Amino acid sequence: MSPASARPRVGLFATCLVDLFRPSVGFAAAKLLEDAGCEVLVPPQTCCGQPAFNSGDRVTARDLALQVMDAFSGCDYIVAPSGSCTGQMVKHFPELFDEPQLAMRARAFAGKTFELVSFLTDVLKVTSVEATYEGRVTYHDSCSGLRELGIQSQPRALLATVKGLELVEMKESDVCCGFGGTFAAKYGEISDAIVTKKTAHVSESGAPLLLAGDLGCLMNMAGKITRQSKQIEVRHVAEVLAGMCDEPPIAARKEMRR
Amino acid sequence: MTLHPTTPGFKDNAHQALRDPELQKALGHVQQGFIYKRQSAVERLPEFENLREAARDLKDHVLKHLDLYLETYERNVIASGGQVHFARTSAEACETIVNICKSHGAKSVTKGKSMVSEEIGLNGAIEAAGMQAVETDLGEYIIQLRGETPSHIIAPAVHLTKEQVEVDFRRVHTHLEPARDLSEPVQLLTEARGVLRQKFLDADVGITGANFLVAETGSSIIVTNEGNGDLTQSLPRVHIVIASIEKIVPTLEDAILLLRVLARSATGQDMSVYTTLSTGPRRAEDPDGPEHYHVVLVDNGRSAMLGTEFEDMLRCIRCGACMNHCPVYHAIGGHAYGWVYPGPMGAVLTPSLIGVEKGGHLPNASTFCGRCESVCPVKIPLPKLMRHWREREFERHLTPAVQRYGLKIWGFFAKNPGLYSLATRAAMTTLAWLGRDKGRFTSLPLAKGWTDYRDLPSPQGDTFQAQWRKRQKEARR
Repeated sequence: MSPASARPRVGLFATCLVDLFRPSVGFAAAKLLEDAGCEVLVPPQTCCGQPAFNSGDRVTARDLALQVMDAFSGCDYIVAPSGSCTGQMVKHFPELFDEPQLAMRARAFAGKTFELVSFLTDVLKVTSVEATYEGRVTYHDSCSGLRELGIQSQPRALLATVKGLELVEMKESDVCCGFGGTFAAKYGEISDAIVTKKTAHVSESGAPLLLAGDLGCLMNMAGKITRQSKQIEVRHVAEVLAGMCDEPPIAARKEMRR
Repeated sequence: MTLHPTTPGFKDNAHQALRDPELQKALGHVQQGFIYKRQSAVERLPEFENLREAARDLKDHVLKHLDLYLETYERNVIASGGQVHFARTSAEACETIVNICKSHGAKSVTKGKSMVSEEIGLNGAIEAAGMQAVETDLGEYIIQLRGETPSHIIAPAVHLTKEQVEVDFRRVHTHLEPARDLSEPVQLLTEARGVLRQKFLDADVGITGANFLVAETGSSIIVTNEGNGDLTQSLPRVHIVIASIEKIVPTLEDAILLLRVLARSATGQDMSVYTTLSTGPRRAEDPDGPEHYHVVLVDNGRSAMLGTEFEDMLRCIRCGACMNHCPVYHAIGGHAYGWVYPGPMGAVLTPSLIGVEKGGHLPNASTFCGRCESVCPVKIPLPKLMRHWREREFERHLTPAVQRYGLKIWGFFAKNPGLYSLATRAAMTTLAWLGRDKGRFTSLPLAKGWTDYRDLPSPQGDTFQAQWRKRQKEARR
């Protein structure tokens, strides 16, 4: 741990999906962490191994867990803008190792790993953000964050401090959106039925902007919303909290400029 | 006699289910009724979370000492005048029960609701032996008329609408006035009750399942909301209890602990309407009861789960909360799972009992949303156990080839950050360029499983890591 006076060194685990599809979420996360007084590091990284773990390939999951722990060994904290990847690192890394040394290492790693928004509120004790968003939003509780990590009040508490923002709850905000990683492609038809219910609830809320804390769920819901030609924008909650909504919403076209 | 599973055709089953408007209408009720009722029952009982933990610990204790409690139970059943039969397989269980029925010259057998009897295909065995089996639980009675299997472990006919039931009653109850009004559920209930009353009186043998078997007293306990269990077990000359071996609890007090979480988790009731104990045949001073009392204890693959990573599944008390809260079950209903046990508990138990070769789809057809585990009264880590099945499948190369090779390629890159960076930067910048106008793809060759149903958002451009490095460099200048 760095000396108490120094800024905490926070390793940002961007997650594959943010790294590949939506870097703006990574920058929003970095801004939120820096605003809260952290030094942000982005060590070279790939994936937490969750796809392998959930596909039954424990060997690859172990290799990747070790790789992540090595890459972030110099950090005081590891923070990810995803409940799902954080859940993998916090809850499942320790399950991957029977060897006492490695198991201990995984538990120690889990102890300093947090999901972005709950890290801000629960560890750094952030109570408000400097951001403005004029309009109504609705928030989907992604499953891993909600049920593995208990993230529910934290994003709502910070969203309440965004100037101009009004949160309207959708029906069954705590029900799965049907993403489920490879499930969405392997059982596309069932996944479709689930996400169709979800987007109906989003519509009924009347909010023109849907937020959540996991890009996988967001891409699923956004992809369905555009397929249904609904006029609803979709963003990661970090973008709104950081006041960084310049990039087009997920799955939306760039504004035509003449 | 085990029911033939259609689980290998899970995807086709699901496809049919999603296109069945009556089913979809019926499934709407599952989502609304059960969840709200459970929630309010739990909120009324502040110690509910503690009870879940105690219930889990109790079941774990029993599973660690199952042999001891089974022997104690057997001794006490015998002491109260009953007989105990152990059956290793479905076939043995069916044979034992058919033989008991035959030895008493039975013609008609009434049955309380019992999932294990569905598992072993008991009705088929009884009928093949020339006797009539009559289901007396309303839901079971309805599906028996339709030649169907239960679609839910506590609400077997939950896949049906009342209009469908009305059609079946008019088809079968031809002795009743054709112009009668059956538009309200209570009218259907009254009619079934009337028809069943004579069946209860005519039955030679009554078969009930068991929610719990109490070792210290040799009692079996069933809970029902219709009272059909009481009539099934007390009117005929012979009462047969059929139960799987993990139903055992040490004491009556332990049974009460589980009863406190069972009904709340299942239907949101504090207690089921009837909680009925049976201990041996009628005693001299009893006003009624059977002359003969048999218990058939079914293993059928369960003892093979002891000591494995699937042992936790044997804690299940069959409340159905997992399926009531499952988004996949809500979408497709219970029949799509293709065998006796649907939903998350079925996704774990079915591969254990019929083999992962046949049941392999089920543990994969989950989003791992974890809602099942969060409501399970005995805290079974259902997603974890489904994952264990995926591990078994992966080890045995039962995972579909496309997925296995896809994983392999992805794993190779993920384990080589340098190559990963090169490959992902090239891929993302290309995709971003291709998707630059719409910001999404409506169809993409290798992602049809995704784009058949929804658009794929296009990447913003270069990867986050590459952009971050560039910014760091610029900042240092």
